[in-house]
Amino acid sequence: MLKIENLHARVAGKEILKGLSLSVNAGEVHAIMGPNGAGKSTLGNVLSGRDGYEVTSGSVTYNGVDLLALEPEARAAAGVFLAFQYPVEIPGVNNTYFLRAALNAQRKVRGEKELDSMQFLKLVREKLKVMQISDELLHRAVNEGFSGGEKKRNEIFQMALLEPKLAILDETDSGLDIDALKQVAQGVNALRSPERSFLVITHYQRLLDYIEPDFVHVLAGGRIVESGDKTLALKLEEHGYAWVREHGEPAGATA
Amino acid sequence: MSQPAPAPFVASLLDAPLPTSGIAWLDALRREHLAAFAAAGLPDTRMEAWKYTALRALGQRRYANGDAQAATRAIDPAAFALPGVDGPRLVFVNGVFRADLSALDALPEGLALQPLAQALRQDPEPLRFVLSRHEPERGDAFVRLNAALAGDGVALKVAAGAKIVAPVHLVFLGVPAEGELAWHLRHVIELGEGAELALVEHHAAGGEQQHLGTAVGDITLRDGAVLHHTLFQNAAVGSNLIRRSRLHLGARAQAMLHVLELGGALVRHELRAELAGDGARLDTRGVFMPRGRQHIDTQLAIRHQALDTASDSVWRGVADQRGRGVFRGAILVAPGADGSDASLSNKNLLLSGQAEIDTKPELEIYADEVKAAHGATVGQLDERALFYLRSRGIPQAEARALLTAAFCRAVLDDLPNAALREHLAGLLAV
Repeated sequence: MLKIENLHARVAGKEILKGLSLSVNAGEVHAIMGPNGAGKSTLGNVLSGRDGYEVTSGSVTYNGVDLLALEPEARAAAGVFLAFQYPVEIPGVNNTYFLRAALNAQRKVRGEKELDSMQFLKLVREKLKVMQISDELLHRAVNEGFSGGEKKRNEIFQMALLEPKLAILDETDSGLDIDALKQVAQGVNALRSPERSFLVITHYQRLLDYIEPDFVHVLAGGRIVESGDKTLALKLEEHGYAWVREHGEPAGATA
Repeated sequence: MSQPAPAPFVASLLDAPLPTSGIAWLDALRREHLAAFAAAGLPDTRMEAWKYTALRALGQRRYANGDAQAATRAIDPAAFALPGVDGPRLVFVNGVFRADLSALDALPEGLALQPLAQALRQDPEPLRFVLSRHEPERGDAFVRLNAALAGDGVALKVAAGAKIVAPVHLVFLGVPAEGELAWHLRHVIELGEGAELALVEHHAAGGEQQHLGTAVGDITLRDGAVLHHTLFQNAAVGSNLIRRSRLHLGARAQAMLHVLELGGALVRHELRAELAGDGARLDTRGVFMPRGRQHIDTQLAIRHQALDTASDSVWRGVADQRGRGVFRGAILVAPGADGSDASLSNKNLLLSGQAEIDTKPELEIYADEVKAAHGATVGQLDERALFYLRSRGIPQAEARALLTAAFCRAVLDDLPNAALREHLAGLLAV
């Protein structure tokens, strides 16, 4: 589904990703762990197409297409979803209106019929059950005045509604208390399916207690330096990231 | 003092015959104003009030005065239809009253609505005071020009205690003519004690031909009167519109003004409001959206002259392409106007590197126990918000429109006419 090969990317002239390679198959959950400054968020931003990230070499192929050549909205329509580390507050734009505009824009690109407001509300009610989210949030402006937990739950709710094929969770656990973390994880687990892949970017092992990954990768210095199953996360928790640095040559790098 | 030869603009308007009313004081006044206009010419950017609005290009144009064919031009009523606006209607085409397009039958009890020329024919005396008012400022060239050349306009009066709920629709259409036209309209609007009025002033124009329209209005609210005034301007790219309104509020009178300036080439709107009676309140809300090469200038002057008066002004500017916006919001709290509460905010958005907005809030306070707040900002679209919307699949153009409309939304939130509000909100998402 997703094949990242030898990806190099710069932000403001500084090289952050230095030859990152990663393959994700349909239905798999990959956790990307790493210390601060390793390039975790850069990876999410590059994959979703944010301005200011310059890819200098390497490739990202998503279901056979060059993902990097697509505009952010085209990536979304193709099924890529980024749950933001810091969801943006947008005063004046109603959350429900925004979600319907987003869903219909994606459907239009895919040649599907747009949903009218009745059909959309029906869908919203179904998805609300998945996430424990108050429908009061739907009537407010996008993320405006939301608590940290509400913002993250709103991200997962959007994911439930938009039904992406590849969901990238960028430190969705940051700033959440344990109850909010469990709710977010429940939402993600409810969306796991053989067709949907997840890239779970996190600093801490904690989230992986609730979202069980198929693979764990350690990102350090802009490359995957270690890959393994979920026990790798536990080792990291026990030994810290310093252990990885001592642990020899990068494993995922292809020079 | 040597006077340069008058600009083509001034010369062309001096050629025009003055309208004649047969009313001695009025005809004398018109001659006087024309002479004063000819002597002073157009204001230039050295005058503070015109610092950001250059009239050089306008000064080089020649305009024919009035449209002899206006009475017979074919107009599609759809050109001025607005949802939620189905009350009495007065329509002017190229400055000429069109009875056939107007709706003046069965006016509600307490409403007098007719063309000014007709009101003058019936009885000029009640209008004499307002129309004789002296314009002392040098920069008031257009007001003088209007006083000299306006033969018609709107005469509207609401009797004391009458409540006119269905909005009165004033329509000013500019349509292409054989030559480039100038027309001038003078409005006199009065709400009696405790009267209420919903008013929609609507400027529209079609075609790309240049024309100039000036409008000067006096709006007087007697004690306890309530006015809801929506001013919607969606003129064509060739429209030059210069408007001046003087708004007078008596004790406990309330005026709420919503302004949408979307079209036009060179547009200037001056509102001078006097909160003259104790407890008077004025709320103004407005959006101006210059794009292309449009220039839209709003000049707001609010004078608190009595005890416990309040004004609240919320304005948004959005300039795209090479559009230019100008906003001046001047609030004066006069000596003795204790307990006044004045606030003004003007936030602006530049959507292109070549767009420009000049904003200038001014506050002068000469009274005690006054609450006053004012602020102005100029910024760009929030790139993070734009990316957030796009990352969810919303195409860039749509995302920009969504954010622009959201930025302006506060201006329409308290417009009571829901159907009109939704219609106008839709026009902001461009």
